[in-house]
Amino acid sequence: MREMTAQQITDVVRRLCMEANCHLPQDMKARIEESRDQESWPQAREILERIIENYRIADAHDRPICQDTGMACVFVKVGQEVHIQGNLTEAIHEGVRQGYDQGYLRKSVVRDPLDRVNTGDNTPAMIYYDLVPGDRVEITVAPKGFGSENMSQIKMLKPSDGLQGVKDFILKAVEDAGPNPCPPIVVGVGVGGTFDKAALMAKQALLRPAGSHNPVPFYAQLEEEMLEAINRLGMGPQGFGGKTTALAVNIEQCPTHIAGLPVAVNINCHVTRHQTEVL
Amino acid sequence: MPISLTTPLSREQARTLKAGDSCLLSGVIYTARDAAHKRLCDLAAQGKELPLDLKDAVIYFVGPTPARPGEAIGSAGPTTSYRMDAYSPTLIALGQTGMIGKGKRGLEVIDAMKTHGAVYFGAIGGCGALLSQCIKKAEIIAYEDLGAEAIRRLEVENFPVVVVIDSQGNNLYETGRAGYLESQG
Repeated sequence: MREMTAQQITDVVRRLCMEANCHLPQDMKARIEESRDQESWPQAREILERIIENYRIADAHDRPICQDTGMACVFVKVGQEVHIQGNLTEAIHEGVRQGYDQGYLRKSVVRDPLDRVNTGDNTPAMIYYDLVPGDRVEITVAPKGFGSENMSQIKMLKPSDGLQGVKDFILKAVEDAGPNPCPPIVVGVGVGGTFDKAALMAKQALLRPAGSHNPVPFYAQLEEEMLEAINRLGMGPQGFGGKTTALAVNIEQCPTHIAGLPVAVNINCHVTRHQTEVL
Repeated sequence: MPISLTTPLSREQARTLKAGDSCLLSGVIYTARDAAHKRLCDLAAQGKELPLDLKDAVIYFVGPTPARPGEAIGSAGPTTSYRMDAYSPTLIALGQTGMIGKGKRGLEVIDAMKTHGAVYFGAIGGCGALLSQCIKKAEIIAYEDLGAEAIRRLEVENFPVVVVIDSQGNNLYETGRAGYLESQG
């Protein structure tokens, strides 16, 4: 058994919260710059230039890329041969508390969806655990803004709706969202599983590097096809017109019930943030 | 060339702006999000005095990150505007002439803009670090208990916005997209 302390977890989560909010991952930057080079509509190109300027300022001054520093979604893969001394879940919340305070990040969480009193420290984090073989702990912090989260959709399709039903639903979600989620967007899709599993897969799909593809060729091709279809809608950056409505479509699939075809679409903006560390 | 505008923004000035115009705003603007809008509308419904003068005022839908020591404000880009749709018509009727946000607006808001002469500006969403450089001073003037959602008085210089919906109801989200698609044949 490898021994670890809750304090180690807190320190890493604190650092990842600050890094994720101020520094866009390199794969996202490369994808945005590639889109700028391929954008023919002048106004759209101009907006992409401003987006690039924005993340460069954030990098240079350790400033949040966006003022919506999100709910802290934390994905933890815990090796079965690791023993953590102390309370792991509380250690993660404490890391978020410290990271959002010390990093001058916005506290955007209310304690109850109806009484809407701010918790003042951006906790609780949304934590997802996965137990895996080995003696390592992998922690990913993905701050999720709600301009895009609010534009996400889920639907329990019928098996007879088939592939066309899935395609139509993805396009409908993007069309309904329009300019609201700060396009260019990243589209995470979960197909199959149960109601909750589809939504979780859609969120996990957003963690994939931009430009990566599903390992199954059929789904990799579907990702490409949907990206092209979305970029023919003409909404463009910020919805002011142009090619670059989406930067990536990432699809995750899993087995489902004989009676079902769940599809979830989780939308993220051009500030698709996440940082990972392995302990 | 962008149009330079200095606040307060009169109804006459607001009526001259057209969807698609790029503008640089200077002067005083106020911040407010959902929670502050609700409180303002509740006060108005009770006939009480508001904590700011809405006549010819421009309201920026933003909840900034905390300022670091020595800085006026943290990152400060626009939030999605439709959440203010329930409140904006009331504030426009009370004198507000400009809104800065991002995303679609409801018909009631557009009707109020046409009736009274007001304009909806868009700032680039997700560019809070860039936009904050145009904010020279920030001071909380009401609802400090709301934290990021408190009402702030901002002094801005050459703050870049584009007219998304004008006082005739023309909408850049429709015309910009149609223009691009037309160019693609």
